[in-house]
Amino acid sequence: MALATDSGASAAVSQKAPRWNQKNLAPWLFLAPGMFMFTVYVLWPIVESITLSFYDWNGLYNRDGEFTGRFVGMANYRELLIDPAFETSLWNNLKWLVLYMLALPLGLFIAIFLNQTVRGIRIYKSLFFFPFVISQVVVGLIFAWFYAPNFGLLYLLIEWLAGKGVAILADPDLVTYGIIAAGLWPQIAYVMILYLTGLNNVSPDQIEAARLDGAKGWKMLWYVVLPQLRPATFIAVIVTVIGALRSFDLVSIMTSGGPFGSSRVLSYYMFEMALGEFGFRMGYGAAIAVVLFAIMMIFISGFIWKMWRDETER
Amino acid sequence: MFPRPIQQAAPATQWIYTIALPIALLLWLFPLLGVALTSLRPASDLAQGNYFGMPSGVAFENYIYIFTETPIGRYMLNSLWVTIPTVIGSVGLSLMTGFALAVYGFRGNILVFFLFVAGNFVPFQILMVPVRDMTLNLGMYDTWYGLALFHIAFQTGFCTLFMRNFIKALPFELIESARVEGVSEFKIFWHIVLPLMRPAIAALSVLVFTFIWNDFFWATVLTQGVDSQPITAGLSSLNGQWIAQWHLVSAGSIVAALPPVLMFFLMQKHFIAGLTLGATKG
Repeated sequence: MALATDSGASAAVSQKAPRWNQKNLAPWLFLAPGMFMFTVYVLWPIVESITLSFYDWNGLYNRDGEFTGRFVGMANYRELLIDPAFETSLWNNLKWLVLYMLALPLGLFIAIFLNQTVRGIRIYKSLFFFPFVISQVVVGLIFAWFYAPNFGLLYLLIEWLAGKGVAILADPDLVTYGIIAAGLWPQIAYVMILYLTGLNNVSPDQIEAARLDGAKGWKMLWYVVLPQLRPATFIAVIVTVIGALRSFDLVSIMTSGGPFGSSRVLSYYMFEMALGEFGFRMGYGAAIAVVLFAIMMIFISGFIWKMWRDETER
Repeated sequence: MFPRPIQQAAPATQWIYTIALPIALLLWLFPLLGVALTSLRPASDLAQGNYFGMPSGVAFENYIYIFTETPIGRYMLNSLWVTIPTVIGSVGLSLMTGFALAVYGFRGNILVFFLFVAGNFVPFQILMVPVRDMTLNLGMYDTWYGLALFHIAFQTGFCTLFMRNFIKALPFELIESARVEGVSEFKIFWHIVLPLMRPAIAALSVLVFTFIWNDFFWATVLTQGVDSQPITAGLSSLNGQWIAQWHLVSAGSIVAALPPVLMFFLMQKHFIAGLTLGATKG
């Protein structure tokens, strides 16, 4: 593709010199507005946050409009190491990451269940996808109601089965799992739609050939179908990891990090430190954000690496 | 096709499948259905502990109450004020960036592209303090445009990825032959590429609409009052006031969820095309 462009351009250049300039300049003119916005609001703030994590700052400026932060070097990071709330958040993030991965097999299961051509199946597919379209705030409220002590559906169900209800969101040992379950609901729906699209594109010839060879059930799924679903699986892993690490809304709505801070995750703890009732510790908050960013970077680099490989192979 | 079409299965299996489908759906949407029903239950039922029994009547007054006695209508309008400019802004910007990255083989092309892609995945918290600080300093804190400007910038990352791949898949000969004819680069963009972008524009518009409508984090960070808070943040603060008045919480939730749900049903094909980009090839 690139070669073809160049030869086409040089043919034009020999006739008219200014066109060459226009072609050189054009991409940057088209990029300028988008790049400007993206740099100001995304790229530059990342640099600023990293810098800020070495400062102690309450978010205020003095009367002359000067920054009042004080450089403290690694002090914020040293404090993180001995901060029990940070440790809880980190562990909870790990729980989120691991348990969110359940969205993959469950989403695949529902996709396989729905991958039929019977009457009305399209409506079923869209209704199964429903939870993903709804705001996480609403999902959080729905599940808070579902778990509510004394009258919540799940509470009553457990009471009926076990004789004694469990107030999930008030139990420090269970609360994180309760929130993760709420988060899984839309996430499974998302993974399901990815796999449904993937299943649509599985080569029928290979399935038929495998069937003639006697493959069926689990073996068919594992050796024939799943390898063909790899692009869908890849995207599903990426969006699930991001979903798990971005888990702010549900924690904020369902428990505000409680009880006793036991359901905090890094994204929520950062917010609490920088803008919450504990005062405006911007530098400390930034340090937490940098840790979260570093964790996310592991996955982002993996994604970019794969994209780069695909691009250069083409 | 996998699994084997149900039509080839034994009649009993087919029968089970036909019954299992609606039951599975009912279980899947159970929490949502519960909330929808609660939103129509009179407050007196809840007060008497009648949560799941026969309602004593259908209470549309819950909805009337939240619209007349609480600022929920205002919150919905605020959401629209943030969402619509964001859709227009980010789709517009990314049409241009996507075009530049797909059509021109300039130096640094892939680097710029990857910056957009990577920026799209960063956790919001690493942007929070500087973006809030900047918005405050520019006097845009607690305004719809302060929030919309951030959303436009951030969504441009995702949209650029989408647009660039879409334009890459167009037949390049179109652009090349126009160039040979001496058509200017801007006219190529405007008259040749843009008309072919309709499906991409539609897909991104519904996706961005849903993402922004449902955003809670930035609404909390960049707005605070009734005058500018979007519905997600508004619902959260109303929830704080309506302690345990679940008929109101439910009605509010349903109202907040409605616009993206409508959008999804009206534009289903585009919505799914947008979300599943890359799930089939690559």
